Amino acid sequence: MKKILIYISLLLMVCGGLFYGNYQLNKSAHHTQKTLVIYNWGDYLDPKLIKKFEHEYGYKVVYETFDSNEAMFSKVKQGGTSYDIAIPSDYMIQKMTAANLLKKLDHKKIKGLSNIDPTFLNLDFDKNNQYSIPYFWGTLGIVYDKRLPQDEQPKEWSDLWNPKLKKKILIVDSARDILGMSLIDLGYSVNSKDNQQLLAAKDHLDKLSPNVKAIVADEIKMYMADNEAQVAVTWSGEANEIMSRNKNMTYVVPKKGSNIWFDNIVIPKTSKNPEGAYDFINFMLKPENAAQNANYIGYATPNKKAKKDLDQEQLKNKELYPDEKLLKKLQVYNDLGMKYIQRYNDLFLEFKMITN
Amino acid sequence: MRKRLFYVPYFLWIVLFVVIPLILIFMQSLTFDNGKSIFSNYQAFFSSGVYLKMTFNSFLFAFLITFFSLIISYPAAYFIANSKYDTFLILLIILPTWINLLLKAYAFIGIFSHDGSINYFLGLLGIAPQQLLFTNFSFIFVATYIEIPFMILPIYNSIKALDKTYIQASEDLGANKIQTFTKVVFPLTMNGVKTGIQTVFIPALSLFMLTRLIGGNRVITLGTAIEEHFLTTMNWSMGSTVGVILVFIMIAIILFTSKTKKNKVGVKNHE
Amino acid sequence: MNKLFSRIYLTILIILLYLPIFYLILFAFNKGNNMGVFQGFTLSHFQELFADKRLISIVINTFLIAILSSLFATIIGLGGALLIDSLKSKKAVNTYLSLNNILMVSPDVIIGSSFLILFTVLGFSLGFMSVLLSHIAFSIPIVVLMIIPRLKEMNRTMIDAAQDLGATNFQVFSKVTLPYLMPSILSGFFMAFTYSLDDFAVTFFVTGNGFETLSVEVYSRARQGVSLEINALSALIFIFSLIMIVIYYLLSVRSKKMIKNGKGRVV
Repeated sequence: MKKILIYISLLLMVCGGLFYGNYQLNKSAHHTQKTLVIYNWGDYLDPKLIKKFEHEYGYKVVYETFDSNEAMFSKVKQGGTSYDIAIPSDYMIQKMTAANLLKKLDHKKIKGLSNIDPTFLNLDFDKNNQYSIPYFWGTLGIVYDKRLPQDEQPKEWSDLWNPKLKKKILIVDSARDILGMSLIDLGYSVNSKDNQQLLAAKDHLDKLSPNVKAIVADEIKMYMADNEAQVAVTWSGEANEIMSRNKNMTYVVPKKGSNIWFDNIVIPKTSKNPEGAYDFINFMLKPENAAQNANYIGYATPNKKAKKDLDQEQLKNKELYPDEKLLKKLQVYNDLGMKYIQRYNDLFLEFKMITN
Repeated sequence: MRKRLFYVPYFLWIVLFVVIPLILIFMQSLTFDNGKSIFSNYQAFFSSGVYLKMTFNSFLFAFLITFFSLIISYPAAYFIANSKYDTFLILLIILPTWINLLLKAYAFIGIFSHDGSINYFLGLLGIAPQQLLFTNFSFIFVATYIEIPFMILPIYNSIKALDKTYIQASEDLGANKIQTFTKVVFPLTMNGVKTGIQTVFIPALSLFMLTRLIGGNRVITLGTAIEEHFLTTMNWSMGSTVGVILVFIMIAIILFTSKTKKNKVGVKNHE
Repeated sequence: MNKLFSRIYLTILIILLYLPIFYLILFAFNKGNNMGVFQGFTLSHFQELFADKRLISIVINTFLIAILSSLFATIIGLGGALLIDSLKSKKAVNTYLSLNNILMVSPDVIIGSSFLILFTVLGFSLGFMSVLLSHIAFSIPIVVLMIIPRLKEMNRTMIDAAQDLGATNFQVFSKVTLPYLMPSILSGFFMAFTYSLDDFAVTFFVTGNGFETLSVEVYSRARQGVSLEINALSALIFIFSLIMIVIYYLLSVRSKKMIKNGKGRVV
């Protein structure tokens, strides 16, 4: 008995030590107790900016990541979490608004909204920006290895179906994007609710499966940079990073059309530190911070005043900042409602099972 | 009196973390929607070729993983049990299970990738880089690798618990080594084999992180489907349905692998 | 001939089992930035690791969860084993054992998803506590299974003798039962500890609010690409596991001796 009590107290002492260590660790890094929980995509905010923000405003930032809008939605909806900031995409903001998960923004507390290019304000998914503030925007496109023979280089969606690309393509693990790609290639809308069209898109995708090497998420960057695959369907910002790490890779947005998306900052209803959330929004609206973030992440910023601080090479990149002509061809995702989201997901899951 | 008090937490645990979650997952899988059958999720599951095909694939993979780990583990367990240094050897086998599963999966990403070491060696031999990552082979290989210690342990235990006099008796009666093995040793260690199959097959049905990291999402198991429904598509209802079906499959496997246990009271699992 | 074959077989198997682990550790010292080709020796990844406060904090959390959960699971599991042992009816014993084994054999995704539903229904906030409770919950059955066989083997006359000599229930428990059960309690504790350290899926489902354990962190990092900091961490974990297993080995040898002596004294 004594022995057991000794063991138990030893263990508890170790635990106490660990608790204390953890406390010290978190304390020494931050000066105040007030925390700001940011729920964001993986690798989607320059860590140096987090440090800068903590230093300027005196918050302790907890940075948590998700890898799909849907995963983010279920965690926020589940309610066991209290995020102060989340950064969902367009259609998801529409959906979260409908589900009553977002705080209405008090525009009096927001400074610097005029820095944003009006093109990115007052969009369909959030009229008058009642709930969200633009963060980044971009496109979906194709990254490919320039060393591929000319006749294999995919410049349009349809080129991906080329039998010569057998097991050479990585695609993002995202139902909307991949079914959307198939829909566009067939000449339909990315927001199609037509069962016939969806089935056609799924059949079309099934024919792509011999060419698909893997369906992955953030890893696409690493694998493309390391030459694991020759072709990838991914977002512009990822493409930008791949190109900076591997000079043989290039990015193209198909002329036939593609998706244009907007990731905006929102404040979930469950936020425990809304003041901090406003501070964060204002911090990110500052041109110098927006520019630093864009230079680090490699996505296009909607902050027009930030452009002078941007990498000029990036700014000139037409694929990253497409011209008017291409912009007109790009489609925005709408919230399709639970039933159709489910339909898209089911079809995509079916497609994944076929790939094997 | 005091003793009773000590039982309370365990009882609470059974109610709160065993019984209630099972009830909840079952309730969640039902449909309470006017005009729809309560079991409409189940109807969807069994009428959809996709879910059935996925279930079949999941079984096939789990079967292959179990099969390979069994044929590798049985001889190993047998040799270890007959070795002078068996406790040390079994510690050596257990030690890798202390390294987090994810870290091992991560190691294989490095080993199998295009620029990884296997391809580097192949390159030295003049063979062009092979596609290793994201193949069915790599998924089965890594899963088998992870499950082997869990297969060896129960088999080792059952061989250790074997009454040596049976073997002597068999040899005295003129059986050769092979006969002794097939007629005496193997049947008497069936319980270990069955426990091993049970501890490997069921998790193999639901390894969702490996299907993603190593299989590149080309392999979808029942586990992947549940995880996707719970954490990505938020269709908890369908996820629970797949979950309940997995629970039934699990019960079937357990019944199947423990059928003959009663006949062999003498062989005790001595963990 | 046979001996030779078995030796070769075991050697190859053990080398294969350890190869990936040593591969990870080797590349922790790689000057390059990936796990491809070894480009020279450096300790910089360890420096990175020690400077990465977030990762260290995650490691501490992981161990906190592992120690606390295995401690609670051992205490509750011991109670459970005694409860099952005290039952007279065979049917009741089987019912309890079946309920006990449900979490043992359930796949992680089932445990994770059903616990997630449970916490949601209860309105329980996801984070440290939900992860700790889940870990305690899935570790209890293994503890029970470790202790029960030992309880069965226990010589009842020992207890009778103690009671005859005027020992109270508590004294019987602390002076006779507990020391006798010690090795199995320790095995139970260590099994619970490994279960907790090794868990990924359950934690993945029930964590939230920025709380992460090592495996969840490795998963999200592996999805972003290889970083040799993780290799450095693996090296440290491996050394730690070695130390733990040596301690476990010594403890179990010692307590076995203790039991033998103890037995001698009582009988």
